[in-house]
Amino acid sequence: MTISIDPQKTNNESLQPKGWLRYFSFSLDHKVIGIQYLVCGFLFYLIGGTLASAIRIELASPMSDFMPRDVYNQVLTLHGTIMIFLWIVPVVNGAFGNYLIPFYVGARDMAFPRLNAVAFWLIPPSGLMLVASYFVEGAAQAGWTAYPPLSITTPQSGQIIWILSVLLLGGSSIFGGINFIATIIKLRRPGLKLMQLPMYCWAMLGTSLLVVLSTPVLAGTLILLSFDIIANTGFFNPVLGGNVVVYQHLFWFYSHPAVYIMVLPAFGLVSEILPVHARKPLFGYTTMVFSIMGIVVLGLVVWAHHMFTSGTPPWMRLFFTIATAFIAVPTGIKFFNWVATLWGGKISINSAMLFSCGFIINFVFGGITGVALAQVPFDIHVHDTYFVVAHFHYIVYGGTVFIIFSSIYHWFPKVTGKMLNEKLGILHFIITFIGFNLCFAPQHWLGLNGMPRRVAEYDPQFQFVNQISSLGALLMAISTIPFLINVFLSVRNGKEAGDNPWNALTPEWLTSSPPPVENWEGEAPLVEEPYGYGKEISEGK
Amino acid sequence: MLNKNIYLILIISLVFASSFWIGFNVNLLPAEASINAPIYDELFKILFIIGLIIFIGMTIAVIYSLFKFRKRNNQIGDGIALEGNLSLEIVWTIIPSIIVLLIGLYSYNIYDRMGGMQELNHNHEMMSSNTEKIWAGISQTSDNEISINNLSIEVSAMQFAFLFNYPKGNFISGELHVPVDQKVSMKMESKDVIHAFWVPEFRIKQDIIPGQPTILNFTPTKVGKYPIICAELCGPYHGGMRASIIVEEESDYNEWFNKNKKPEVNL
Repeated sequence: MTISIDPQKTNNESLQPKGWLRYFSFSLDHKVIGIQYLVCGFLFYLIGGTLASAIRIELASPMSDFMPRDVYNQVLTLHGTIMIFLWIVPVVNGAFGNYLIPFYVGARDMAFPRLNAVAFWLIPPSGLMLVASYFVEGAAQAGWTAYPPLSITTPQSGQIIWILSVLLLGGSSIFGGINFIATIIKLRRPGLKLMQLPMYCWAMLGTSLLVVLSTPVLAGTLILLSFDIIANTGFFNPVLGGNVVVYQHLFWFYSHPAVYIMVLPAFGLVSEILPVHARKPLFGYTTMVFSIMGIVVLGLVVWAHHMFTSGTPPWMRLFFTIATAFIAVPTGIKFFNWVATLWGGKISINSAMLFSCGFIINFVFGGITGVALAQVPFDIHVHDTYFVVAHFHYIVYGGTVFIIFSSIYHWFPKVTGKMLNEKLGILHFIITFIGFNLCFAPQHWLGLNGMPRRVAEYDPQFQFVNQISSLGALLMAISTIPFLINVFLSVRNGKEAGDNPWNALTPEWLTSSPPPVENWEGEAPLVEEPYGYGKEISEGK
Repeated sequence: MLNKNIYLILIISLVFASSFWIGFNVNLLPAEASINAPIYDELFKILFIIGLIIFIGMTIAVIYSLFKFRKRNNQIGDGIALEGNLSLEIVWTIIPSIIVLLIGLYSYNIYDRMGGMQELNHNHEMMSSNTEKIWAGISQTSDNEISINNLSIEVSAMQFAFLFNYPKGNFISGELHVPVDQKVSMKMESKDVIHAFWVPEFRIKQDIIPGQPTILNFTPTKVGKYPIICAELCGPYHGGMRASIIVEEESDYNEWFNKNKKPEVNL
């Protein structure tokens, strides 16, 4: 397939605003859309983080004394929904996917640029709607899982706005997924084989398959739930003969793959970052590709491990135990390969590398507790406790969010042409790493010893450990300050980066920083070995 | 080369030794007060030790690589151009697969010993309501005791309380009293939203669902008062939805039971 430039599109682009104003426009440039996703996501991260701080303030004392109880439930619902649907999913998929995938396949833009812009512009209104629902009659308060009958019996307006907002965000996610699949499969530069693609393309291909297969199930489920709420139907309402467990099956059929939608792109990003800063080829490319696809397939058949204490028959519990535990195998392969990538390298210890290594350590921990949670008898004690909260945050914060920061340090020079300050970056890493572990490691103990999740009050014997956790949360909040200072200072006064400050081999570095509108002045380069480090210089060793 | 191997073996055995030491000496769990609890703790210990070995091993590998292979100031150029190693890949595919499979089989065994795979029989009402779907909870029997000895209790949960109905005594209590070392069989149903019945000291939990009764069987082994905690978000007062289970000697239990017992009403 050849890449032709639609003359009409070129005309349109010349009409579009230049400079910073283009970030507020319906731009069709994949790089602008990528940054729109990132900045929009980060603003929601600040909102979600504020809500998390409110939760940790409430939990610093055993009594429910910081906010009203129903507001507390709204806060935890909004925190979960915002962090998942407005920060992590849009950023690891939309932001980095849009920015990087066209470079990696050697295209000048995504396959469907208008769909791409629509997908982004669905996010700010649905996010604002979600936050604004608090001021109507109170936001949704049934948790981000919205289990009926609780979601049917709590105030309707908040729940309905929540459903609408998640439907729009799901739509945005599906548009993005279709776009990535089409771009990776059909828009590859002539001569570029699938097995020569950088690993992030494979991660995004796998993720997009999951998005396209499972998100419509969530959409259907939420539409049925909204019927139950506003039209008095009885799909999930037990008073009318509905079945609440069916909702849980349908919900988790999306929401377990959603964990991989949040984590697989991070696996892809770390596979790009480690080889560059370790100056070594990515170890075991082929097995890495197969393990991504293995995770995609297994990820679709493990959902009921969220329901071991619900109404599920014993055989089902066993099947989902085995299937879930086996995801550890392809995941483990990836981690061994990353450590092998570091081994024997010439590692630059900078912010990007430190956040990536922090990711490996945190995620291994979260993965181990994940295998334990997959075992039915183990899960029966700790299900719906702080143990699960801790495990989940080790995966999505210690895992994915660490990689988001690592990626920002890695690609900031490409996007802006300026370097971020390394000293502030390392300070950011140290505070985040300590704060994160201080916040979430003690929560494992809380869960094992009897503190359920989603509570505003708890047994006084847990106060001390909760205060340690809240202290960690405070450090996490503080850690964003050096990061924000760094970004604002560096955008204006940062050291000039040049086109390729890391001497990287992947295609996005083979153009100017920041890149021109259609990515390359001339023809897209053919990069057959995106990880060919050490090949030419090896004689001088 | 020999030196290197000795160091490697030394480090690996140190990781194993410290993991086992921590696994056997650090107790992260609350008191054991039911037949399930020691079985659960056995599984926990095994998973904890395996997890520690993997976690400490991986952490050491990452930190060691960062130090050992860091770029020195005057260094230029790249690391070795090593793109992969098939036998290594096979090793770290097969060994984790075996570990995962063994853990799975072992946890199946634990689950079976907890009674998870047994036919559930909740003996009152003579199980006449076959049309009613009953969903499984953990069912724990001590030996092969005959189920007639079971204490049957009907639990109903609502926002934000548990009520315990003793059908034999024809009374309802807000506190769950049970005699020690006797199997208790509970049929649970919710009046409104989903709740969950959790006693951390017993290591058991089962959701209480509206419209679908669930069953939970257990055998307490230690006299004392333990919290019953609702573990499923059920509304604003979810955090305050608690009750107590009082495990007492059979004589004390009978005294309590007879005090509360109401005569059958014959129409």
